[in-house]
Amino acid sequence: MRTSVIPFGPQHPVLPEPLQLKLTVEDEVITEAVPALGYVHRGLEALAQNRDFHQMVQVTERVCGICSVLHAICYCQGLEDIMGITVPPRARYLRVIWGELLRLHSHLLWMGLFADSFGFESLFMQLWKIRERVLDIQEATTGNRVISGTIRVGGVSRDMDARQVHWIADQLTWVAHQVRQIEPVLREDFTIRRRTEGKGVLTSAQARELGAVGPVLRASGIAQDIRQTGYAAYGELDFEPVTATAGDCHARCMVRLGEIDQSIDLIHQALDRLPGGDIRSEVRGRPQGETLMRVEQPRGEVVYYIRADGGKTLSRVRIRTPTFANIPVLVKLLPGIFLSDVPVVVLSIDPCVSCLER
Amino acid sequence: MFKMTPQILRNLISGPATRAYPRQIRPPFPATRGRLVNDIAQCNFCGACAVKCPSVCIEVDRHLSRWSFAPHICVCCGVCVEICPRHCLRQEPATGPPAAQKEMVALDAKS
Ligand code: SF4
Ligand code: SF4
Repeated sequence: MRTSVIPFGPQHPVLPEPLQLKLTVEDEVITEAVPALGYVHRGLEALAQNRDFHQMVQVTERVCGICSVLHAICYCQGLEDIMGITVPPRARYLRVIWGELLRLHSHLLWMGLFADSFGFESLFMQLWKIRERVLDIQEATTGNRVISGTIRVGGVSRDMDARQVHWIADQLTWVAHQVRQIEPVLREDFTIRRRTEGKGVLTSAQARELGAVGPVLRASGIAQDIRQTGYAAYGELDFEPVTATAGDCHARCMVRLGEIDQSIDLIHQALDRLPGGDIRSEVRGRPQGETLMRVEQPRGEVVYYIRADGGKTLSRVRIRTPTFANIPVLVKLLPGIFLSDVPVVVLSIDPCVSCLER
Repeated sequence: MFKMTPQILRNLISGPATRAYPRQIRPPFPATRGRLVNDIAQCNFCGACAVKCPSVCIEVDRHLSRWSFAPHICVCCGVCVEICPRHCLRQEPATGPPAAQKEMVALDAKS
């Protein structure tokens, strides 16, 4: 049979990310997928050489619009590690609250796009309506809707008063109620199950071998979550990684759905236990040394390597984003599926290409 | 089957999810970080804000006593507001108006 090559992206109606996949198809079945990257490379790592280490916090926040707070937390934790700074407990809890709000809105955004990938427009709008409330909470507490700008080396720059704590708890109850109402659709709807079950199956052995991270890894039955290492205040909060065993697109959706509940629960826990005191420690001197820091983002594990030689600027910042780790998984999943399932499978790993290319 | 139907019925009776903009405008949250304003009478042109700004959008000229700012380059991070020793910088809770061209705001001490 004759094969043909179909370019998927970089501009594609269902994928709002400049990722190109060169798909070799035989009839309607994919036989090979080759990703082509590099459309949105911005050279953010190189900026470390001409911005001082405090200014780099704002640069790392902009590596990814959706994971902004978590990039900044990872970078700041790295510097705090190098400089031996102790972060006040209240700041650690506030970082957890903002980090989990981010996970919440990222997963709702992803679910909306996922629904859109198989043409379920009304579900997409419904999920984004819920997400809007989460963005409102972010705006009311951090000052910005998406890129918060509140994380600083040594702590955070904004505090919450008791009234805001109550307000967030109320709003989250509304979010949880709305998610509970929409949950049966994602879990049991006939169309969704037909489009997602058994598609793009990744076994746990493959997930381990290919180095999958985040919900993709957990949907294949491996309970691994970097939050278990107890950074920020996670060591003092109760949670278990959400897992599924099927390893298909539906399982990945279910893991993220479970993580929405988990995030809401974690924020409630953090709000209840929010300690008093300072929100920022003083940062003296210049960093010298190197470190490797890992943080769990909505898409998986991000790794920051930071090296400082005692100057005003850092000598190297290397960022390994979760999508980078999940691209080999994607290349493995695509051969053998129908062309019409490609958007669903591609979106199921939640690719964030801007973040991948930095 | 028909798992979405209850949601559709709920949406039918709960009214629109969007606001009838511009008749109905959501007031900004008090904490929102919008456009940066400088109370120039208080400013001593020390230049701290210009040095610390991560997007390099502030310029301070000590000799001319001029503080200039590129609002379209500002990323609303609030670092300058925290650093200003005279507390003359402030972020309004609303973003600036749209513009066809990137403008530059220049404030002089005597004007
Ligand atoms: S830091 Fe404050 S006082 Fe100094 S130049 Fe900037 S606005 Fe003026
Ligand atoms: S808010 Fe941030 S980007 Fe804007 S002028 Fe101040 S320091 Fe610069």
